[in-house]
Amino acid sequence: MSEKRDGDGAREMHLVDYRNAAEIKQLPTRNGFGEGLIEAGTRNANVIAICADLAESTRMEGFKKAHPAQYVEIGVAEQLLVAMAAGLASAGKIPFIASYAMFNPGRSWEQVRTTMALNETNVKIAGAHAGVSVGPDGATHQAIEDIAIMRVIPHMTVVVPCDSVQTKKATLAVAERWGPTYLRFGREKSAIVTTEATPFEIGKAQTFREGRDVAVVACGILVYNALVAAEEIAREDGIECAVVNNHTIKPMDEAAIVAAAQACGAVVTVEEHQQHGGMGSRVAEILAQRHPVPIEFVGVADQFGQSGDPLELVEYYGMGTSSIKEAIRRAHARKPGV
Amino acid sequence: MQTLSPQRLTELRLKANDVRQGIIRSLEAAKSGHSAGSLDMADVFSVLYGYVMRHDPNSPEMPERDRLLLSCGHIAPVRYSAMANFGYFPVEELLTLRKFGSRLQGHPERVRLPALESTSGPLGEGLAQGVGMALAAKMDGASWRVYVVTSDAEHQCGLHWEAVMTAGKFALDNLTCIIDRNFIQIDGSTEDVMPLEPLGEKYRAFNWEVIECDGNDVASLVEAFDAARRVTGRPQVIVANTIPGKGVSYMEGDYTWHGKPPNREQAEAALRELQTDRERILADV
Repeated sequence: MSEKRDGDGAREMHLVDYRNAAEIKQLPTRNGFGEGLIEAGTRNANVIAICADLAESTRMEGFKKAHPAQYVEIGVAEQLLVAMAAGLASAGKIPFIASYAMFNPGRSWEQVRTTMALNETNVKIAGAHAGVSVGPDGATHQAIEDIAIMRVIPHMTVVVPCDSVQTKKATLAVAERWGPTYLRFGREKSAIVTTEATPFEIGKAQTFREGRDVAVVACGILVYNALVAAEEIAREDGIECAVVNNHTIKPMDEAAIVAAAQACGAVVTVEEHQQHGGMGSRVAEILAQRHPVPIEFVGVADQFGQSGDPLELVEYYGMGTSSIKEAIRRAHARKPGV
Repeated sequence: MQTLSPQRLTELRLKANDVRQGIIRSLEAAKSGHSAGSLDMADVFSVLYGYVMRHDPNSPEMPERDRLLLSCGHIAPVRYSAMANFGYFPVEELLTLRKFGSRLQGHPERVRLPALESTSGPLGEGLAQGVGMALAAKMDGASWRVYVVTSDAEHQCGLHWEAVMTAGKFALDNLTCIIDRNFIQIDGSTEDVMPLEPLGEKYRAFNWEVIECDGNDVASLVEAFDAARRVTGRPQVIVANTIPGKGVSYMEGDYTWHGKPPNREQAEAALRELQTDRERILADV
């Protein structure tokens, strides 16, 4: 195999040609969840879906139609959602429980800790409408602390796929892998960068773009923004960024994070979440111990969101491509000898 | 309707006495823990393990077992003592309660002792898990039943009522909730802290069958559980009226014994009293 060059990576990941805007299709990540859940329910009759009055928005509606005997509606009761699912899981079921991430797991943290994690039950939380990109609903409905409160709990797996195609694969992988899990996705249409052929494995980060100057470690729908920022900054500043799709926050692919830091000597983390406590914080924990390098964090800076257009909010709270480029420049400038 | 012979009732009373002695010994050894509720539920647990439930201590994970969840995990000593006295583990292990490395954690942990069925302590969560289990049994067409023991004070938790509503919706007639109606909680009387009455009416409004009984009388409990099992089409709640600290006169009715253990002298006095009670049960036969 020939040596990897800057800008490479997309080929072996079988990505869409993300450099070509005309090639980019947009679908909400929640659609991938809905499709994956139907297929998971077909593959295994023990997969059940429990819904807290949001069948359409969480995309559980298709499952309800396809597998009515495996579908349970409980109304607006998010604490019950978790504890009841733990009971079902104790009796051999594989429950997916869906609501907005702000309530599930936002409202049910203690139930998640006690009945799912400490109790080691095979419950799958599907947190929909995560991030500020839920838009006009405003701050009460914008979950930007959920990664932090889930990753801190022992035994939890936390997965944040990057587009709707990957969300479908992640849903199937989560169904097949034993363990209490948080799967996070969003409401708005977002760019699809992966294809059917793109591999996916929980706990295995993916290099979507090769580069030697700065490693951009991203998750969720902002992976696309990271790729766009990397292309632009290569043209504008000649800085070549590696872009890592770090879709599994827990257990994080430590080897991949350390390798990226070793290769590039500086890291930028990108997530639609508070800078505090999220994916970037975990990257910083790993690198502080194993390979300290300059790190810049792209995410919400200890604020609440507000109503607005989704893209407008992503820009305003510092997660647009221009903000990512600024962070890359800062990280690059902090590298010793630059 | 009396379904049990006097001899069987005597056996259950003796078991409840054994369970109470185990509670006192374990709490005294632990030097912390909850006395009043543990003691007042000894009769309920003895009737559950000794009469009501399909279970096998030698095969604690058999698929067709009835599930017993203790929602108010702080009265774990009664659960542990009942399990020991019904053959799940040696009675001596009760002395490891709340100690490092023990399976008998201060609040129950299923992963350490699978027969516990759930992990509990944070209040108001047990019935929700029981609802999930009962629904799973319905989905699978299984015949096992679910029993959830709750405290009265945890009826102040919102989550508990979410579960009550849901059990009504799904007509879970394979689910029985037992309430330890002892009227005490840490800060005093339940009716002063946050009134619960009329408790039975609240359950009826959610389409539950409500059965009241003397929770410290095994014959009354046997009758209540029999009545619960006959109900079809809706879940059942047994309001077990109990006296906190039952069986140890200096604790009875005193809410300050909610969350503390007896010291050495107090434990010895309690055990003497329970031994006297045991002799009285035997003399009555």
